[in-house]
Amino acid sequence: MSNPTTAVSVSGERPPTAAPTPARRPVAQRNRAREWATRAPLLPALIFLIVVTQLPFVATLVISLFDWNSFRPDRRAFAGLENYKTVLSDEALRESIVTTVLLTASVVIVSVVLGLLLALLLDRKFRGRGLVRTMLIAPFLLVPVASALLWKHALYNPEYGLFNGVLNWLGGPQPEWLTDTPLIAVEASLIWQWTPFMMLILLAGLQSRPLDMIEAARLDGAGAWQIFRFLTLPHLRRYLELGTLLGSIYIVQNFDAVFTMTRGGLDTANLPYTIYETFYNAHEYGLASAAGVVVVIGTIIIATFALRVVSSLFREEASRA
Amino acid sequence: MTAVSTPVPITSVPEATRRAKRRGAALGVLAWFIGIVFVLPVLWMLLTSFHSEADAATNPPSLAAPLTLDGYKDFFGVGGGASPWPALLNSVGTSLFSTCFVLVLALPAAFALSIRPVRKWTDVMFFFLSTKMLPVVAGLLPVFLFARDINFLDNVWLLVILYTSMNLPIAVWMMQSFLADIPVSIIEAAQMDGARLPTILWRVVAPIAGPGIAATSLICFIFSWNEMLFAQVLTGVVAQTAPAFLTTFVTSQGLFLAKVCAASMVISLPVLAAGFAAQDKLVQGLSLGAVK
Repeated sequence: MSNPTTAVSVSGERPPTAAPTPARRPVAQRNRAREWATRAPLLPALIFLIVVTQLPFVATLVISLFDWNSFRPDRRAFAGLENYKTVLSDEALRESIVTTVLLTASVVIVSVVLGLLLALLLDRKFRGRGLVRTMLIAPFLLVPVASALLWKHALYNPEYGLFNGVLNWLGGPQPEWLTDTPLIAVEASLIWQWTPFMMLILLAGLQSRPLDMIEAARLDGAGAWQIFRFLTLPHLRRYLELGTLLGSIYIVQNFDAVFTMTRGGLDTANLPYTIYETFYNAHEYGLASAAGVVVVIGTIIIATFALRVVSSLFREEASRA
Repeated sequence: MTAVSTPVPITSVPEATRRAKRRGAALGVLAWFIGIVFVLPVLWMLLTSFHSEADAATNPPSLAAPLTLDGYKDFFGVGGGASPWPALLNSVGTSLFSTCFVLVLALPAAFALSIRPVRKWTDVMFFFLSTKMLPVVAGLLPVFLFARDINFLDNVWLLVILYTSMNLPIAVWMMQSFLADIPVSIIEAAQMDGARLPTILWRVVAPIAGPGIAATSLICFIFSWNEMLFAQVLTGVVAQTAPAFLTTFVTSQGLFLAKVCAASMVISLPVLAAGFAAQDKLVQGLSLGAVK
């Protein structure tokens, strides 16, 4: 859409084809000045972001190559890839990688499926639909720490939590949720928190369906399942992908739930929590940095995929404009 | 906008409609049931926050226990104990200031990316987004060490800077999509009439993009308000925010369930209120303006 022969920016002020210029030099100069004028507003944001987010990461990369424990500062030494070897061979760290994958995958998958079912339910008209929608998004609006505390103390507590209270009423068993099934307990609270988010995105997708096509399919005798399978689901694909990817990016990084509910105990330590422990309590700076880089590599794998999806969304938006 | 999915019956009209109606009613009831299941923990927290500590910690739960404000009084330190006000004020301050900074930085950037796009503007957009995919933990340690060395730990302004960087990419993306909605022809028309840039921004751009900018600010505010990892690692006593405060008083004083619930309610209230008021905008913002 931009015209490479003239340096006119895509401002739409003047159609680029109507700019053949006999006097080249002053125009080129003026164009360059104008280019900088259009670029200048970007610079503060760009520079700020590079300084605050990219430089620390570069520093993390450098620290990850050192054997550095702040309790023994005199023994700080270049260690090459030694930290990475430790991260990948250390039992606890390896387990936290597995935990991160398990936690992220299960929470994302379950909340997307539940979110889809709920979105389909809420796409229908019924009495009080607005109120039900408001009730459904409440979990997502609770401050994450508050929600983790709520689950840990008010719901899961084996002595006076709501779950065992209800089971007691019914004469059922009294499980110790957070010690018997710690990872599932953390996952359940996160699924409760994230299902509404998925529902909202998918609901927006459902409401942008072309209704005339569905009407036509119905008149042609297509059943509800066929319409869902061949019209609704393909239309929702972009929204499903978007929800999955945004969910993954946020849940991979989850710290609040693990920190608050289990303090990483009982095999629930995910990578963000382990890194926090490694540098904040164990003061193993080199090791923590290497683990941080491992998280970044994992996220990059998700993110390249994510960017492709988002860029396809983006292309549609751009072509619409 | 709303999708009505009552099937159009072709044959045997009364029987088919009746069946469809019954099914619709059943699904409505199911939706209500699930809605209640999801909101129940929040309601339980609300109820518990109004119970006395003794009534809060019973098994089976005491639904009909008398209501009291003790949990809230306790939280606000009426009966001794640490006052939550410094933490709450820190949260308000960091969230407000970082949101303002985000707007100051993101608005010109979004303007450059949408109304008068620079060349290769999509690349710039992707750079912004990619910073969001860098996990927070991966840059935390250098930030901690640097702040420690320049004596900047436990300082609210450190959080303000970090929250600004955390929300800036989202804000640029959202506002780019809101500003892109403004037809260029309107701006050109204003230019023809001799309006200058400030006038155009104030008279043409602001009214159209205003709601979008408000939604962006709301989301930045919520994210800053909710953030805990930075707050946990980089603050101590002075700059502690509400989420970090919440975790400390649970562990240091043993458990007071009603008080914890009251505290959780209080710090969630701004987000709950704002979120309920702006449901649609919230989705749009959280999905980076991609879903409209």
